[in-house]
Order: sequence, then structure tokens, then C-alpha cells
Amino acid sequence: MTSTPTAKPVDLTTEEKKTIRAVILASSVGTLIEWYDFYIFGALATIISTKFFPASNPTAAYLSVLATFAAGFIVRPFGALVFGRLGDLVGRKYTFLLTLIIMGGSTFAIGLVPSYAAIGAAAPLLVLLLRLLQGLALGGEYGGAATYVAEHSPAHQRGFYTSWIQTTATLGLFLALGVILFTRNSMGVASFGEWGWRIPFLVSAFLIGISIYIRLRMNESPLFRKIKAEGKVSANPLKDSFTKRANMKMVLLALFGATMGQGVVWYTGQFYALSFIEKTCSIEFVQARNIILIALAIATPAFVLFGWLSDKIGRKYIMLAGMLLAIVSYRPIYKAMYGLADLTQKQEITTQTSNVNSSEKVKAGTITTAVLSKAYTDGTTYKETTKTTQLIDAAATAPAPVVTKEVTLSTNGFWMMILLIVIQVLYVTMVYGPIAAFLVEIFPTRIRYSSMSLPYHIGNGIFGGLTPYIATRLTTSMGDPYAGLWWPIVIAFLCLVIGAVYLSNKIDPNVED
Amino acid sequence: MNAIKRILGLVWMVLGPAGIIFGIIEAMRELSPNAAVPASQETYTFWIIILTIFVPIAAGMSLMGYYAWQGDYDHLDEERGVE
Repeated sequence: MTSTPTAKPVDLTTEEKKTIRAVILASSVGTLIEWYDFYIFGALATIISTKFFPASNPTAAYLSVLATFAAGFIVRPFGALVFGRLGDLVGRKYTFLLTLIIMGGSTFAIGLVPSYAAIGAAAPLLVLLLRLLQGLALGGEYGGAATYVAEHSPAHQRGFYTSWIQTTATLGLFLALGVILFTRNSMGVASFGEWGWRIPFLVSAFLIGISIYIRLRMNESPLFRKIKAEGKVSANPLKDSFTKRANMKMVLLALFGATMGQGVVWYTGQFYALSFIEKTCSIEFVQARNIILIALAIATPAFVLFGWLSDKIGRKYIMLAGMLLAIVSYRPIYKAMYGLADLTQKQEITTQTSNVNSSEKVKAGTITTAVLSKAYTDGTTYKETTKTTQLIDAAATAPAPVVTKEVTLSTNGFWMMILLIVIQVLYVTMVYGPIAAFLVEIFPTRIRYSSMSLPYHIGNGIFGGLTPYIATRLTTSMGDPYAGLWWPIVIAFLCLVIGAVYLSNKIDPNVED
Repeated sequence: MNAIKRILGLVWMVLGPAGIIFGIIEAMRELSPNAAVPASQETYTFWIIILTIFVPIAAGMSLMGYYAWQGDYDHLDEERGVE
């Protein structure tokens, strides 16, 4: 098996270059905003759990939100089917305009839903419904954007041009975390927790408006226009995609040999990492997000680098190398992350330890707050806040004390943590940078939108999207802080074997079939 | 290489049902009245989600194994015209 890609370079004219830049901009901005919309829900999961789900048990409330988060991912494959079919029937442009409107509308509406305290059970139901709509819209968006760009791209630069679309998922997370931090810092923690968390949702309406304006000015994909003019549009894209053996075998290969492993590597590097440093390492809220933001900013250009490289040396080896590196290094990386925040390994400066108690009278009784602060020789600080409620009614059962632990890393620790996240995001860029071009090339134009969307969203939405949920559960049930890593390691290993044996590294220069 | 593809096809065919059986056994263990930790609503939700989603995916893996065993992946490059 040779690894030589077969695409032959043909230089673009200035006019063609201008067109492709406009196509990339229109597609990327819209996809970026859709990712932003999708991520703010996950990034605000803790606050949303207190607003929309009964708060008697904080863990249950958090898991409810994670389940809702997962529901947002699980419906993505259905969105892929619904909008993929539409995109292969009526065209790419109008389909991904529709997904944009649905996504923007749902996100804006989440920002307006009254809390559980105001309208009771209707609140979580409404939020769940809107979250499902978000998942459906996202399921239809990516395949359309990737197909649209790829169908405008020259064969020898398809990896490079589609890699810009690949940056949007990470930049969407970056934008979501950035808007959240900016809003929180601008208005203060109390106001943000009270009502300010709604602002990032409401901002979406403005962003979507800009994106719709840009996309409306674009033309339909030239390849789709061509097959439409020739009367070759599929009459039933879903039937042609998933009941014809010749195409179904490629759908299954794309899922089990590429997107499944890519999904778990992606979600481990960007989402489970955040969950791990915040919940397992107890890193302080703002510092945890700053770590992720800086790491994403450093590593994101590598999406384009690996997309470009995939045009030179093929898609397969880059994607599989990313999976292999993840498999062998996840456990050492997470052990190092844990070690950075492990206070038992640090020397405490006992003279700086303080314990401050305060109490506040409320209707039901008294809330006592005890704040224990510690400092360590390496510059790390620790704050433990314990809130205990004493009820006036002695016969009533008082709620269990709420303990919040916050570790703020030293400057060295902060940058070391960033480095460990950057390494993981680089794996993400290796598996994700070339994958749009890879998926576009293995399916024919007439059913491309449907065929590539489903394996992409099963791989990312289900295998990837459930990673934080399954990993957190594994960690909790096995009592080992690294147990959650078995999920991405096993899935990526399986995908690596299937990809290595069955995938070809050769680039298909002709996507006009 | 084609022989490896076909032999591994048998592995994928078996892996699908094996994954389903493993999932069902784990679910029954956690949801059993005799479970070490009594099953909560969250446990039921988790297993309903996991089994509903992963059973069809496991079936898909078996189907891919069947295709591989039948030799459907032997000549992909020729079929794609990139030989």
C-alpha cells in the first residue's frame, strides 16, 4: 500500500481565490456561532442546574444537566439525517441557513425561559426541548458547511481549505468561554449567578443575524448546481445512503475507522480536561477556564497545519497518529495534571493559614460560613468554604453542609497545566483537522450531505459527546481519578486498529462523482 | 492484507453482540434489587440512554464485520478510482 496522495496541484486564479475565501468565511462564521450556541449550555451547566432543575441534591441536578447535555448530543445524528436529506434534495446553502436559524432561535429562547422557582416543572421541560432543537440544528450544520467548502476547493488544497471549518468547533468553545468570563467579570459573580448567565444566550441573536446576512449573499455549491442541472439529484438520499451496500459499508468504515476515535480524542482534550481540572483537581473557576482558553488559543492554528499537511502526505496517517499518541499518553498526562494540584505533595506555610467564620440569619434559621485559607511554598493557595445551615425548627432535618474547595495554582503550575492541555488539544487538531476532507472524499456528491453527516455525528455526538458523562461515571464508580480515561483509550484503540487495517491513505482527487 | 481484513471481520462480527451482552449484564448488575448501591433514578436514566444508543451501534459494527468478512473492503482504492 503506497502512501502517496494522488491529488495534482492546479493553481487557482485570483478570482477563484477570492471566491474560496468568501466561501470559507461564510461557512466558518456560521458554524463557529452554532458551536458557540451549543457550548454555552455545557459551559454554564453548573448554574443551569440550580436554575432549572430541583436543587435538593446538587449532584443529581448536575447529572440531570449532563444528561440534558448528552441529549443535545444524542439527537445530533437525527439532525444529520433530517437536514442531510434536505441538503441532498434542495441544496447545501438553504439547508445550512435553516439550521442556523433554528440554532439561534433555540439559544435565544433558553436565555428567556423562567427559572424552576418561577414556573416549576415547565422550566426544565422547556430547556430540554430547546436543547434538543439545538442538537438537531447542529446535526445538520457541520455536514453542510464542510461539504460546501470542499465542493468549492481544488483537489490539492481540500484538506487545507476545509481545515478552516475544523477550527470553528474549538473557536466556538473559545468564544463561549470568553463571553462567559467577560460577562461574569463585568457584572460580578453574584449578579452573573442571579441573571447575568442569560446574557451569553441572548447575545446569540446578534451573532446569528450577522451570519445569516453573510450566508444569504453566497451562491449554491457548484457541484450541487451541476448535478441538479443534469437531473442527477438523488430522489431519496437516505435510502441511497443507508440501504445500498456499496455506500453503507463506507458509512460504517467512516464511523468505526475514523470519527469514533476522533470524537473521543476531541472531547477528552477539550471537555473532559476542563471537567477534570475543575472537579477532580478542584482548580478555581476562573483559573480553570483561563487554562483552557490559553491552551485553545495556542493550539488552534494546528488545525490548519494538519489540514494542509494532509494534502501533502494523506489524511489517514495524521488522524491515526493523533489517536495513537492519545492512547499512550493520556494516563501520564492526567497523572501530571493531578500532581500539579495535589496538596499532599506541597509544603504548607502554616503561618499564613487562616480560618474565618461568619453567620447570617435567614428565614429558616442561621447559615454559618467557615472559610479555611492555606498557602503553600510553591505559590499555590487553597480555599475551603463550608456552609452549614442550622434550622429554627429543631425537629426538621437540616440540609447537609455544602463544602466548596478551590485550588489556585502558582504561576509555574498554571503554565504547566496549560502545557498539558495544549498537548491534548494538539492531538485533537491531528484527528480533527483532516477529517472533513476525508469524509467528503469517500462519498458521492448526490448523497454526500446525508452520508457524511451521520457517521460524523455518531462519532462526535455519541462517542465524543458522552465522554464527560461516561468518564465521570467511571471515575465515581471505580473510585480512581483516572478510571474515566479508559473510555477514550479503549474506543480510540479500537478505531486505530480498524482505521489502520481498512482505510486508505490515498486522496481522491475527484469529488465530482 | 486482504486476508487480515477478512479475519478481523469475524472479530468485529463477534464484538458487536459481545458489547451488547456486556452492556445488558452491567445494567442488570447495577439495577438489581441486590445491587451493592441501590439503583437511583439517575442509574436507570444512564442505562436506558446507553443501551438505547449503543445497541444499534453494536449491530452496525457486526454489519461492518460481515462486509469485511465478505471481502467488501478488499478493493476500496480501485472502487474509488485512486489506485
